[in-house]
Amino acid sequence: MIEQFDAIVVGAGMSGNAAAYTLASQGLKVLQLERGEYPGSKNVQGAIMYANMLEKIIPDFRDDAPLERHLVEQRLWVMDDTSHTGIHYRSDDFNEAKPNRYTIIRAQFDKWFSRKVREAGATVLCETTATELVRDGNGKVIGVRTDRAGGVVFANVVVLAEGVSGLLGTRAGLREMPKPETVAIAVKEMHFLPEEVIGQRFGVKGDEGCVIEAVGTISRSMAGLGFLYTNKESISLGIGCLVSDFAATMESPSALLDAMKNHPSIRPLIAGSEVKEYAAHLIPEGGYRAIPQLFGDGWVIVGDAAQLNNAIHREGSNLAMTSGRVAAEAIIKVKSRNGPMTKANLALYKTMLDDSFVIKDLKKYKDMPALLHTNSSNFFDSYPRLMSHAAQTFMRVDGTPKIEKEKNTTAAFINARSRWGLVSDAVRLALAWR
Amino acid sequence: MTIAGTKVRVEDKLYQNRYLVDSGRPHIIVRPHDKPSANLLALTYVCPAKCYELNDKGQVEITADGCMECGTCRILCEKGGDIEWNYPRGGFGVLFKFG
Ligand SMILES: Cc1cc2nc3c(=O)[nH]c(=O)nc-3n(C[C@H](O)[C@H](O)[C@H](O)COP(=O)(O)OP(=O)(O)OC[C@H]3O[C@@H](n4cnc5c(N)ncnc54)[C@H](O)[C@@H]3O)c2cc1C
Ligand code: SF4
Repeated sequence: MIEQFDAIVVGAGMSGNAAAYTLASQGLKVLQLERGEYPGSKNVQGAIMYANMLEKIIPDFRDDAPLERHLVEQRLWVMDDTSHTGIHYRSDDFNEAKPNRYTIIRAQFDKWFSRKVREAGATVLCETTATELVRDGNGKVIGVRTDRAGGVVFANVVVLAEGVSGLLGTRAGLREMPKPETVAIAVKEMHFLPEEVIGQRFGVKGDEGCVIEAVGTISRSMAGLGFLYTNKESISLGIGCLVSDFAATMESPSALLDAMKNHPSIRPLIAGSEVKEYAAHLIPEGGYRAIPQLFGDGWVIVGDAAQLNNAIHREGSNLAMTSGRVAAEAIIKVKSRNGPMTKANLALYKTMLDDSFVIKDLKKYKDMPALLHTNSSNFFDSYPRLMSHAAQTFMRVDGTPKIEKEKNTTAAFINARSRWGLVSDAVRLALAWR
Repeated sequence: MTIAGTKVRVEDKLYQNRYLVDSGRPHIIVRPHDKPSANLLALTYVCPAKCYELNDKGQVEITADGCMECGTCRILCEKGGDIEWNYPRGGFGVLFKFG
């Protein structure tokens, strides 16, 4: 099949679908390759989907996209073995005509998104793994080899939307393989419960949803995060920690998930549920410093494959969609002035992305990954325990004079981490957050 | 927690999942070795599908049928040459219903 396309998009996840849709709806001849039986069959997300970034691609997505619940409440929990200390934010303002955040189920959402891509005019080939980039004598990427018989396809530009563990970019030397300290492995289960039960347990009605994110001893001193998101008739529950931390501690992700499910604060929320799937997936966590070269002769790279993931805010799909859309817009601009898809011309993608929230946000937190990684036992173990101790001491009424209680709490913090350690953690955290 | 205890539970978990196994064409291969490297050994715990196991000679073996293609083992062991890692052929492997 010797056929020339304007663009080949490798991958039909969030970034690939955004890119393919944007390109095809501007009339470009687009081929999209997806190795899964159907789009979404390989993809895993929490999943919170951010409306603003999808609206910029498909403004009326609410008409038919498979959305689970719109979020009205978010809880952030700091947990020790028997307790959680929480910050909850709930607002009726989130019950708006066009809600801002929704929970979704990725396999269903990706199928919908892919239908839109096909309606926009792109050719989508599933069950097709791209195995290699094809380059000309000057090293320019001119196409993709696939595992279909005779399967070399050619295009002016290849959009690598192959996700965090994509093989093409790394094998072609366009980017390095992620390092164990720049990716987290997350495991997740789908717990099914009747809609009314979820409503009662989380105090939500109708399509309202609630999400919980949790740090603390559930990650056993590793840098990690647990989450529990409400869908219409199910709860997505999972936990992820850095791969380097797992390798060093030899903890098992599935055992961690089971322990989290048994935590006294979580257990009642999922009691009686039927588990219908167990999934695992990497999450890019290296932040700004881990972003590879984003463009070259005949290629651009978008989404998780480019480490465009904001681990601090648990945002990934929106950065993926935005980078896919922006890359497509850059390609359309280059094509519209009859420019070739050279490195110099495709630099426009980076210029446009630098100007968006994607790079601005990642830059803001550029020092966070290193800080949380090197101090993981303080942030994920000592401080959560101390916080629980302090809260419990404050709440228990046992005849101890209050002044003594306060002294004990302060002493507990200093014993655990030294005065200097506390100050330096606070300063470094503040600097990294700035 | 015993490894055996964990293993049974992981198998139970994987039982919920859908796979299309490409029989006779495993997508991950462990290179022959006498003694596993630290990272290869770690995979016997860290692989979320418990695909890696120690045999009685102290070598690490893989049965990739329950693999969820997460890539953790690739990140830890491809560079050092402990394993060879590929995606299954198009359409094969894990098929998430929800993801
Ligand atoms: C447990 C978990 C929870 C998360 N929670 C959230 C959340 O709540 N909110 C949020 O915004 N983000 C979240 N994320 C992050 C989010 O899922 C990702 O940022 C997003 O999916 C990235 O999209 P992508 O298109 O870059 O990659 P992917 O969605 O991974 O898509 C890559 C696609 O490429 C295909 N592919 C790869 N290689 C080839 C090949 N060689 N040939 C053909 N096809 C190929 C894959 O099959 C896949 O379909 C979460 C991630 C995880 C793992
Ligand atoms: S890819 Fe993931 S699930 Fe598959 S064998 Fe490697 S670590 Fe295990």
